[in-house]
Amino acid sequence: MSLNVSNLTVHHGAIRAISQVSIAVPTGKLAAIIGSNGAGKTTLLRTLSGLKNPTNGSIMWKGEKIVGIKPEALVRRGISHVSEGKSVIPELTVRENLELGAIWRRNAKESKESIDQVVSIFPRLGERIQQRADTLSGGERQMLAIGRAIMAKPQLLLLDEPSLGLAPLVVEQIFQTIRDLTTSMNLTVLLVEQNAMGALKIADLGIVLNLGKVVAINHAQALIDDPAVRAAYLGY
Amino acid sequence: MDLLNTFLIGITAGTIYALMAISMVLVWRSTRVVNFAQAGMALLSTYFGYEAVSRLGSFWIALPVAMIGGALVAALVEIILIRLLVKHSSSGPIAGVAPIIATLGLLGVIRSISAMIWGGQDLRIVGPISNDGFTINGTTLVFSPLKLLILVTVLVLMLILSIVFQKTNIGLALRASAYAPEIARLSGIKVDWVRTLGWALAGAAGAVAGMFQTVNGNGTLSPDSIEFSLLLVSGFIAAVIGGLDSLIGAVIGGLVLGLMIAFVLMYVSSGLFFIAPFVILLTVLFIRPQGIFGAKAARRA
Repeated sequence: MSLNVSNLTVHHGAIRAISQVSIAVPTGKLAAIIGSNGAGKTTLLRTLSGLKNPTNGSIMWKGEKIVGIKPEALVRRGISHVSEGKSVIPELTVRENLELGAIWRRNAKESKESIDQVVSIFPRLGERIQQRADTLSGGERQMLAIGRAIMAKPQLLLLDEPSLGLAPLVVEQIFQTIRDLTTSMNLTVLLVEQNAMGALKIADLGIVLNLGKVVAINHAQALIDDPAVRAAYLGY
Repeated sequence: MDLLNTFLIGITAGTIYALMAISMVLVWRSTRVVNFAQAGMALLSTYFGYEAVSRLGSFWIALPVAMIGGALVAALVEIILIRLLVKHSSSGPIAGVAPIIATLGLLGVIRSISAMIWGGQDLRIVGPISNDGFTINGTTLVFSPLKLLILVTVLVLMLILSIVFQKTNIGLALRASAYAPEIARLSGIKVDWVRTLGWALAGAAGAVAGMFQTVNGNGTLSPDSIEFSLLLVSGFIAAVIGGLDSLIGAVIGGLVLGLMIAFVLMYVSSGLFFIAPFVILLTVLFIRPQGIFGAKAARRA
């Protein structure tokens, strides 16, 4: 298991956002985290990337405890987080947003190679490389946000609702790209989604959160087939 | 000839205001603090410059000494004072206000310390070149070799700063940390240190403004110097005219302010010296509250 979370509890002030969460994700697997609003999905990701400190519990990444390590240091250990709401900087150009992802490596040559790689994954970004990010469509922004994360050469990718506000066709494209990246780069991926069906379809395993607790964890296909999950989260 | 003269005087004063505005903007962008101590820090840096001039005899060595001194002082203020205050006043009625009030206190502290070390009397910094006006066709201008030198030096420094901001990784880190600190952190940028760097750059810019303001004025330096009060007010007004968030805005704000003051003094009344900047500020705020270069709505509260 490359990512091992055990008994993780996180508070927002006095409110307990997630409670005793334990999950394990093997290397190279894509885990979809589903659940309704306020289930604690975003909080879980923010804690994994170091933006938020847990009250209790432990997080093991590649055999090391990472609780208390800052996000800027976790990036260097291979953890990249694409936060909620198209995490790009609108005032910067597409190229600058991408360069930002590799800035900590301080290697201009590697950064250029990574940009070429991202452009080959998302050709649309290549066409708009000199434009400011605020001129991009919602789908292109999401591509840019994922591209920025890829620039850091991550091993663990945390994605927070990449489908939010996108047209169905674009969502399908983004999901397919996430699936392809997971396989081709041997990434471990945690994908938080409201679009539960779409996420489970591309995932290896599924995790259902409710009111801050893990209520189900299983192979993604098994969750899709589970009548209780279907009724509560997949809407049929 | 009057017109040209007024224009050149206005532009020279404007570049100094612009430098001061740049330092206010750098601080605002990195920590969202309006730094009222900026003029005090510039004063202290100019005292460092004074020490260097009087020991080494060269203005051109003193200028970088003042810049480095200013950068260090600003960095220390950020690390020791601002970083803590920003963290501890993130909620409640004093959210965001405490650090700003602290800079007001700091202004007083720096002035007192300066008076204790260097005394209250006027100290003289000799400029690098004559401040006697050029003579064209028998008419002597107020515009002088010194003013020309200030103009050129400041423009060169601004050019360097803009290249650093637009073309280097440090510039990218500074901009990313200002626009979106969380995304910057997730990209591996040590945002706390980038903020300190922003303050240090502001301190260096303020030092240059202080040195030039002193030699461009009557050449004397004292803790209660009117020149430095003027520098604070003008720098702040120029920054606000420019939208407080924009470096280009700060430069244009400074130039506009310098020119307007020069023209008002020349063609309306020289008695308006202290009123003109405020009238200009109020006019801009009434017509365009977000400043000339400010976004329509603030991106962040």
